[in-house]
Amino acid sequence: MAGFLLRRLANYAVLVVLAASLAYLLAATALHPRANFEDRVPRPPDAVVDAELSRLNLNDEVPLTERYLTWGAGVLRGDFGRTWQGEPVTAELWRRTWVSLRLLLAGTVAGCALGVLLGAYAAVRQHRAPDRLITLGSYLLLSAPVFVLAVLLQSAAQKVNDVTGVQVFEWLGETGPGASEGTFGALGGLGDRVRHLLLPTATIALAQLALYCRYQRSMMLDVLTADFVRTARAKGLRHRSAVLRHGLRTALIPMTTYFAYTFGLLLLGGVFVEKIFGWHGLGEWLIDSITRGDVHVVAAVNCFAAVAVLLAGLVSDVLHGTLDPRVRTGDAP
Amino acid sequence: MTAVVRALGRNRRATAGAVLLALLFALAFAGPAVSPWGWEDTDFTAFRRPPSADHWFGTTQSGRDVFALTLRGMQKSLVIGLLVAVLSTGLAALVGMVSGFVGGWTDRMLMWGVDLLLVLPAFLVVAVLSPLLRDGRPLVLVAVLSAFLWMVTARVVRAMTISLKEREYVLAARFTGASTPRVLARHILPHLASLLAVDASLNVSVAVIAESGLSYFGFGVRPPDTSLGTVIADGGSAATAYPWLAGFAAGLLVLIVLAVNLLGDGLRDALDPTSGRAR
Amino acid sequence: MNGREAGPGPFARTAPGTAPGPPPVLEITDLRVTYEPGVRAVRGLDFSVGPGEVLGVVGESGSGKSAAALAAVGLLPPGARAEGSVRLRGRELLGRPDAELSRVRGKDLAMVFQDPLSALTPVHTVGDQIAETIRVHAGATRAAARARAVELLDLVGIPDAARRARAYPHEFSGGMRQRVMIAMAIANDPVAIIADEPTTALDVTIQAQVLEVLRVAKETTGAAIVLIAHDLGVVAGFADRVMVMYAGRAVESGPVGEVYARPRMPYTIGLLKSLPRVAGPRVRPVPVEGAPPPATAPDDGCAFAPRCPIAEPRCRDAVPPPVPVGPGHLAACVRADATEGRAEIFPVPVPPPAPRRPPRDERPVVLEVDGLVRHHPIYGGTFLKRRAGTVRAVDGIAFDVREGETLGVVGESGCGKTTALMEILRLAAPQEGAVTVFGQDTAALTAARRKALRRDLQVVFQDPFASLDPRMRVASILAEPLAAHGVPRARRRERVRELLDLVGLDPVYAGRYPHGLSGGQRQRVGIARALALEPRLLLLDEPVAALDVSVQAGIMNLLADLQTRLGLAYLLVAHDLAVVRQVADRVAVMYQGRLVELGAADALYAAPAHPYTRALLDAVPSPDPARERRRRVPPLPGDPPDPAAPPEGCRFRPRCPRYAALDGDRRRLCETTDPEPHRPARDADRRVACHHPGER
Repeated sequence: MAGFLLRRLANYAVLVVLAASLAYLLAATALHPRANFEDRVPRPPDAVVDAELSRLNLNDEVPLTERYLTWGAGVLRGDFGRTWQGEPVTAELWRRTWVSLRLLLAGTVAGCALGVLLGAYAAVRQHRAPDRLITLGSYLLLSAPVFVLAVLLQSAAQKVNDVTGVQVFEWLGETGPGASEGTFGALGGLGDRVRHLLLPTATIALAQLALYCRYQRSMMLDVLTADFVRTARAKGLRHRSAVLRHGLRTALIPMTTYFAYTFGLLLLGGVFVEKIFGWHGLGEWLIDSITRGDVHVVAAVNCFAAVAVLLAGLVSDVLHGTLDPRVRTGDAP
Repeated sequence: MTAVVRALGRNRRATAGAVLLALLFALAFAGPAVSPWGWEDTDFTAFRRPPSADHWFGTTQSGRDVFALTLRGMQKSLVIGLLVAVLSTGLAALVGMVSGFVGGWTDRMLMWGVDLLLVLPAFLVVAVLSPLLRDGRPLVLVAVLSAFLWMVTARVVRAMTISLKEREYVLAARFTGASTPRVLARHILPHLASLLAVDASLNVSVAVIAESGLSYFGFGVRPPDTSLGTVIADGGSAATAYPWLAGFAAGLLVLIVLAVNLLGDGLRDALDPTSGRAR
Repeated sequence: MNGREAGPGPFARTAPGTAPGPPPVLEITDLRVTYEPGVRAVRGLDFSVGPGEVLGVVGESGSGKSAAALAAVGLLPPGARAEGSVRLRGRELLGRPDAELSRVRGKDLAMVFQDPLSALTPVHTVGDQIAETIRVHAGATRAAARARAVELLDLVGIPDAARRARAYPHEFSGGMRQRVMIAMAIANDPVAIIADEPTTALDVTIQAQVLEVLRVAKETTGAAIVLIAHDLGVVAGFADRVMVMYAGRAVESGPVGEVYARPRMPYTIGLLKSLPRVAGPRVRPVPVEGAPPPATAPDDGCAFAPRCPIAEPRCRDAVPPPVPVGPGHLAACVRADATEGRAEIFPVPVPPPAPRRPPRDERPVVLEVDGLVRHHPIYGGTFLKRRAGTVRAVDGIAFDVREGETLGVVGESGCGKTTALMEILRLAAPQEGAVTVFGQDTAALTAARRKALRRDLQVVFQDPFASLDPRMRVASILAEPLAAHGVPRARRRERVRELLDLVGLDPVYAGRYPHGLSGGQRQRVGIARALALEPRLLLLDEPVAALDVSVQAGIMNLLADLQTRLGLAYLLVAHDLAVVRQVADRVAVMYQGRLVELGAADALYAAPAHPYTRALLDAVPSPDPARERRRRVPPLPGDPPDPAAPPEGCRFRPRCPRYAALDGDRRRLCETTDPEPHRPARDADRRVACHHPGER
């Protein structure tokens, strides 16, 4: 058993190493940190620029393999190098990971749960008004890219704020300035945080919701006509109990696989949302770093994303094993 | 292919999607002919004007006609979306079929490559590569987008090929002594055709979203050229005060994706009765 | 619809000629089931069952028997409509709200479904699923319901019930799952149980076990049982009365002994005649030509008339009403007079004259298999795929097939018979052992030789629905092997016509797609394709298992005739010993990847030497109520063991009735030594892998 776990982890490790290396090589080839100095007024002398770039291991005069080896040696020690401004990447990476996590967690949980429920409900009410409404809504949501969704939500929130005359919604950053020094003290600070969370979370949640709703609906339709639901009915269970206890429980199993599959999309959505709502998370950092030509940040975030995607795969495997006894006992026929 | 066309006619949703898509195409390519303004023209008498008889979608702060800009963006998005869908689906079919039919080490290596590409966040890679697209050559963008959209389809094609390979009628053909290319051409490809048609159409929507998303951040199509993404990005920050700047582009983008999704999903239901009878 | 008055219909139990018994428990009157407009699955059905009585309902696919069962319990799929009357202990069920029906379902009226693989929820333990049945109705505590579930599992013969109650459905074999279904059905002491083909998906030996459990269930609960089956063999030993359905109607009903001995409706006669038998002399089954009408067909006359050999113009005038033809015996036939005294109404096909063949050992060997091995790795594990063991699907078998003869390979599902056939078809080097086809070792073939050899060796698959490409017309399907071997186009067209003629299909079918053909016609196309290249050896993989009984006989006769006319050799793989008996010259019996017995068919059927062969033969249900009733004990206990972990010594030992009767010393041999096939003293042509062959 341990051997197989090791083999799988080794496979993952190789994938991560390759993905990270590719990301670094791509970034180092495609991005031009030197350009940042060239744009400066007054332009620093070449020698100074070279020295500064060499210090940061960003000098394009140094052969790529040499830069890569230096970078790789650092990564093996847990050091992702320095940003273009000379800050250590690793520390900032962890700080920003927390920011992104705060944003994504609530949205994902809400989106998954609501999506599954709505999808299941639509399937049970197939061809009736609720189903048609949910289907229409999910189609529209699926067709709206995250940035369109975010802009739409912002406009709507502006309307609400204008109409009520109160700042119900906030959509820039995580906190407003001076919120926790107000009349409500720390509580006000928390409220302010929640207020800032509402819109970005809603954006993430809505995008996830649409995906999960469509998928759960079709899974549920398969299960509704399954023999075992008919058996449950033949035992004397009412339609609702048969569907909930036997149908929904079984239809949840494939959703775990789907989770791994949509995780990449979630990360991508996070990038857009952070950028649009001004959250200083990983996504915003990445976009800004690409524009700045900050090679080490781009490579680090790429590496982090690869690990996250593989972890999501692992989580979905564990969930699958927990939900499906056929996997658990390991001798599926 | 006839099956696809017939399925199209049978399924209401697929028909709606196809009609909507055709209308959008007509608008994108015939619209500029009837518009008084070109997308590069600047009207120095109208800055940030709301829609009017002269400027149907209003003007930008630099006096450019939003209607012309939006249609130009639509053309870009549609063409890039279609090209990417065709390329990536073709690549997926090739890799998937070879992987599934040949099996063994070929299969293992190809699937490992697919895993690697899936682990590499595609958007990030494309964004990183974006400086290479600086010349604004959309074909490079098409190639890069295609390179990152085929993996999931390839997996599906592979799984289908493996299951088709074991079907009794395929076995029967193989046991009569039919050669591998013959079996692939007569028994496997025809059964994959509908799946590929569906996936190609769904890939259009993914490609359109990807392109506009990249352009939104300035990594795809860049000024002075325009795409729906750049129009939305330019107008998005002022969306509350000047909704026409981004609203029309956003609406049309949603409509394109909606049409393609309807078409693809409708096709899937009509062609594959086992896919959950979602209607 | 057809103006029948309310009240007990003519097929109800109190038919003229019987004394009125106790009031019926379940009474169905003029039941009609419509799926979508125009699709009428059941077209006016009447029957009733009394307490403790078993009614066998027999009908082929599409006869409406399952639709009637679902309508009775109110579980028709959405969109389907049921009319008429279903009364349980005098209370009408049809039209009652679902809340009320739910209180009846699973309590007074229970149901056992056909496919035990999919009928149990995969994510709950079987104990919980049984306990749920109890708790829904009785409101028992969780613990009490669990305890009762264990009792029930014990009652239906699941060993170690307390532990097994905590297992999930996938950890049970098909037979065991069906026992669980029965336990669930009797959990609340129902007054009536409807069992919809409960044994169809199971092997014959398991079938007998499950019927026995159903018998125990009946005796424990005293419930009335409606047992639905697709052939007359299964219900013969268990049912008190039998009802035959055709095209949504009952066409004949009566006491079991009466109907089997004196069938009067031609369809029933056909069903009985077409059923192959293992006992008695070897007779050719008589096929019922044609196919049943679709569920959309209008009601113009007797639905069976197009297939009936004694149909008259008046048969097509109106739907014939059931008429009494004996004590409690009704037949819906206007020509009941013509079938009195059991006339041979179906034309007995005349086999072509058998060619004179030299004795077996002078004929050339076309296929020789020696020590063939095929092992599959199996993978398992919670989160990780890992190799958990090896399935010894085929574990060293040896036989030969000579020119012009048929070797039948029989065994339960999973015994490796189909795997062996596929190994031969691959024409490649086996994992171990050797396969020699027409004198050529498959391990040494070049690609070109292999392709050339494929002309001589062809295959017919089990499922004619899956083995024909749905996107190709019959003509293209038949021409494909010809094209693959470079036959010119003009010759191909000609050959397609010849082939259709050869398998008895009209040339118009050349332009049809497979979905436009009936099951029997499709299988004929499958046979024609196999014959396209004029092979000398045909491998037949369960060629009739997917077909209705009345159609099976026609296909088997066709195969027999083709063999005589073309001098083909057959390797026939089948699970049904009765089917194999029709055509096989020699029979090989497989168990757990091994051949346990091999010999000339007649001798083997008359005097099986291996206890497994004997058990298989005993388990085949025969349409003979008297014989079936005499047999009370299922011939073989238990399930086939895990193919990944065969027991030490003889693999059959855990189920072997002979081993169970042995004394200690002789047992030891079975426990320690895996028996090799050897030649018993009396029969030079026989091979038996048993330490104590031929004993009773």
